Amino acid sequence: MKQATSPAGVERQDACPTRLTINGEIVELAIPPWTSLLDLLRERLALTGTKKGCDHGQCGACTVLIDGRRINSCLKLAVTLDGTEITTIEGLAGVDGSLHPLQEAFIRHDGFQCGYCTPGQICSAQGLLNEAQATTRAEIREHMSGNICRCGAYPNIVDAIEDVIHKRNSDPRMPE
Amino acid sequence: MKEMKSQTLQAQEGRNAGFGTALSRVDGAAKVTGQAKYAAEFTRPDLLFGVVYTARIAKGKIKRIDTSRALAMDGVVDVLTHENSPRVTHFDLKLKDMSAPTVGHPFRALDSDDILYPGQPIALVVAETLEIARAAARLVDVDYEWQDFETDLKRATPFVPKVPGVGERKPKSRGKAEAAFASSPVQITGDYHLMPEHHNPMELFASTVFCEDDGRLTIYDKTQGVKNSHCYICNAMGFKRAKVRVLSPFVGGAFGSALRPQYQLWLAALAAKKLERSVRVVMTRQEMFGHGYRPECYNRIQLGADDQGHLKAIINSAVTGTSSYENYTESIVSWGGMLYQCDNAKLDYQIARVDTATPCNMRAPGGATGTNMFEIAMDELAYASNVDPLELRLRNYAERHQLKDRDYTSKALRDCYQRGARKFGWEKRSPEPRSMREGHELIGWGMATGVWDAMMAPTSVRATLHADGSLEVGTATADIGPGTYTMMTQIASDATGIPVERITAKLGDSDLPFAPVEGGSATAASAGTAVQKACHALMKQVLEQANQLENSPLSGARMEDVDLVGGRIQLSENPAQGMSFSEVFTAAGLDSLEAKKFGRPRMTRKARNTHSAVFVEVRVDEEVGMARVTRVVNAVAAGRIINPKTARSQIIGGVVFGIGMALEEESLADHRIGRWMNHNLAEYHVPVNADVPDIDVIFVEEEDHEASPIGVKGVGEIGVCGTAAAIANALFHATGKRLRDLPITIDKLVTD
Repeated sequence: MKQATSPAGVERQDACPTRLTINGEIVELAIPPWTSLLDLLRERLALTGTKKGCDHGQCGACTVLIDGRRINSCLKLAVTLDGTEITTIEGLAGVDGSLHPLQEAFIRHDGFQCGYCTPGQICSAQGLLNEAQATTRAEIREHMSGNICRCGAYPNIVDAIEDVIHKRNSDPRMPE
Repeated sequence: MKEMKSQTLQAQEGRNAGFGTALSRVDGAAKVTGQAKYAAEFTRPDLLFGVVYTARIAKGKIKRIDTSRALAMDGVVDVLTHENSPRVTHFDLKLKDMSAPTVGHPFRALDSDDILYPGQPIALVVAETLEIARAAARLVDVDYEWQDFETDLKRATPFVPKVPGVGERKPKSRGKAEAAFASSPVQITGDYHLMPEHHNPMELFASTVFCEDDGRLTIYDKTQGVKNSHCYICNAMGFKRAKVRVLSPFVGGAFGSALRPQYQLWLAALAAKKLERSVRVVMTRQEMFGHGYRPECYNRIQLGADDQGHLKAIINSAVTGTSSYENYTESIVSWGGMLYQCDNAKLDYQIARVDTATPCNMRAPGGATGTNMFEIAMDELAYASNVDPLELRLRNYAERHQLKDRDYTSKALRDCYQRGARKFGWEKRSPEPRSMREGHELIGWGMATGVWDAMMAPTSVRATLHADGSLEVGTATADIGPGTYTMMTQIASDATGIPVERITAKLGDSDLPFAPVEGGSATAASAGTAVQKACHALMKQVLEQANQLENSPLSGARMEDVDLVGGRIQLSENPAQGMSFSEVFTAAGLDSLEAKKFGRPRMTRKARNTHSAVFVEVRVDEEVGMARVTRVVNAVAAGRIINPKTARSQIIGGVVFGIGMALEEESLADHRIGRWMNHNLAEYHVPVNADVPDIDVIFVEEEDHEASPIGVKGVGEIGVCGTAAAIANALFHATGKRLRDLPITIDKLVTD
C-alpha cells in the first residue's frame, strides 16, 4: 500500500487505509485522518488542477465530482471517501488528450481570464449537467453561483454551459 | 505533460492573426485542463511548508513569544520570529519596490517586536507537512502590550501628503470656485463615502522558494511583476541577483494586490535563507485581508451650474486612508475636474492614518473611487437642473483635458454616449424617479461616464526566430488574466506573418528582458509595442540575410517591397518569388536570429485617456430591498482593440467589479478591537454568477498612434470606472432614494 505521506516522508501510524478511484484509476492510500480531499489531491497526488481559493467551502475553486456529484473538496476529509469515484479536472479530457465539450466551450466563449477558478467552474458545470436541473440562462446562473470568478467571466461561463446544453440536446451522442 | 488538443485552438491554426482578430486564448487548453501551474503548485520532495501566525491585536508590542510547544511537535523544523530571523537590510530604500509609496518605511515581517496593524505576521511555523505546520501554529503563545490604535477613517486626522523635494501633492485648482458656486442658481452638495475593499483574487498568495544545489534560488511567486519581486527580495535579503530567478508563469488574478511583493515572499525567502531548505508559504484567505486594499474614502462634492445645467463651479475634497508607516495616495478628485468643461474648480485631497496594512492599488486605483462618486454627483445635478443625465454630460463636454489644459491624443466619448444610448434605448426612459415599474419591481435606468488613463511604460522584448520557422517572443511581464500571452502572440503574428501556433510567448520569468509590473492597463500598449518593434527588427535581419544569398530571389528587395505571409518572405509584386524563413536559414547556415528591442511611449504634450459611457438597468424589490442589475451597456473608447474577444472579457470583468463596488463589497472593521470582521468570502461579498446579467460591450475604435505607437490604450480598468455610479444612479431612478454611501446594500435601501 502506498503511504500517503508528505514528500519528506513523515510517516503517520494513524493513517487510515483508503481506496479511491481517481480519474478512473484505483489508488490505495494510507491517509492521515485530518487530510482534506483537496490537500490530498494537491499536495500528495500532484493533481494541482483542483484549486484552493479559501479552504472553507466559500469559493468553489476546489470543486470536484464525487460519484458524479459536484462537491467542495476542501470540505471533505479524504478518509471518509473510501470506495468512491472521484473526477478532477485532469480526468475530464479524453485519454487521447482531446478536450471535453465543456473545456472546448470555455475556450471558445472565453469563460475565464486568470484561469484559477476554471477547473472548479468546469467540474461544477459537469455536475450541473449531471443534475439536469438547469436549462435556462437564469437557472444556469443560479446553479453556478457556488463558484466565484473574481475576473468576472460569468456571462461567458453561462454562454459556454448553455452552448454545451444545446449541443447535447441536439446530439445525444455527445459525451456525458 | 500530456499533449492537449483543443479543436477550438486547432481551428485557429495556420492563421495570421492580425489586429482585431478575436483569437481564443493561446493558453486556454492549459487553463481548462488544470495544467497551468500557479505559484503554490511547484513542488520538490524536500519541500517544507510554512504557515503564518498573525498578531491577534491591532497595535502594540510582542512582550513574549513562546514557540516551545510548537517546536516540540513531531515534524516541525523551525518557528521563525523576530527573535531568531536572519538579518535583512537596514535600508528602507532597498525595500522600495516599483509600486511602493514614495514616502514611508516599507513593512518588514519578523523584524522587530512592533505590531503595526491587525493581521500582521509575527511568526512562521515551518514543518514537514502543511497540516503539521498548521497544527503547530495553533501552539504559538504570545503576550502582547496593547497600544492605542485607530482603524476608523472618520476619526483619523487628515493631512496633505508631502513628497520630499516636491512639496505638497495637491491637485491643480483653477478659477474662483467658491465664489462661482455661491452665485450659481443650481447647486448640489453631496457627501460621498466608499467602504474599504479587498481585492480577493481567487488564488491565495503563495511563494515557493527552491534552494538549488549550487546555492541558487528558484522562486515561484504570485506577482504582477517578476522583476519587481526579484529586485526586492535580493535587496532585502542580500542575495546576489544572478543567483536568484523569480518565475510566475500563471497568476490567479491580482487586480493590483500583487503589484507590491507581499509578505509571503519575504517569509518564504527568510525561512529558506535561515534553513537552507526549500520552503513554500501560502496565505490563507483570512490572511489576505492583512495586506493592501482599496482605501476607504470620504469625498465632498459641490457642483454649481446655471439653470441649463452648464457647470460653473466644481468643489471637490476627499480623504482616503493610509497606514501608520507609509503614505499611500490616490488620484481621487482629479477625474471630474478633468472631464467636464468648467472654468472654476477647487480640488483638495488629503490622507489620514489608520492602523491597517498600507492600502494599495486596486483595479483603477483612485479612478474607480473618484469617477464613480463624481458621476453620482453629476446625476444629482441633472435632477437639480432638470436636464436629462446624458444631455447634461453633453452640455458640459470638454474637448480638452481640463486639468492639464491640453488636447487629447483622441477622445471618442461623444460616440460612446451616442452608441451606448442607442443600444440601451435611453430615449425611452421616463425621467421621473419611481415612474417605471413591472409587477412588484421598480425599474431604474441610470448612466455615467467613465474615464481612465492610457498609460505606457518602457518594456524590452527579445524575439528569436528559429531555423524551423518557429518564433519566440519574451519579456518579463505578467499575465494576471487579461491575456498577455495571447496579445503578445497576436502582435508577433501580425508583425511577422507567422501563424499563431508557431509562436511562443514567454513571460513571468526574471531572466527575460525587462518589463515593469503589469498594472495601470498599460501592458498591451507597452509589451505590445516592444513585441512589434522586436519582430520588425527581426524580419529586417531575415531579409538582409536573404538579400546576401547567392541567386537570391529577394536580392535587392527592401522591407517595403516584401510581404510576410505564413512564414515566408515574398515580393509584393510577385508573390511566387520569395523564400520561407527556413529556406533562408538553411541557405545562410543559421540556427537562429535574434532581435531585442525597447518600446517606449511617444513624446507628446497631449493627454492620453480612455473613456466610456455606461448605461445600466436595475430592478428593485422594494419590500425586501433587493436590487438586481438586469442590463448593462458599456461603450468604450480605448484606442485600437487588439483582440475583441479578450478585450470584451476585460470590460465585462471591470463591470463586475463595478457591480461589487455599487452593491456588495465592503471590508467591515470592528473599530473597538481594530480588526476586520468579514475576512472571508462568505461574509465579504463579491458578485457571483446570479448577480451578473448579460453585459453589452461596444468598442468605439479610435485611430490614435500618439497614445502608444501601436494605437492601443488599454482596457483593464476602464470597465469599473463609471459602472458603480451608473448603478447608483439607476437605483435613484428606480426608488427616488439618493444613496451616497457605497456599497448600497439592502439595509440602506429599506431604511428611510
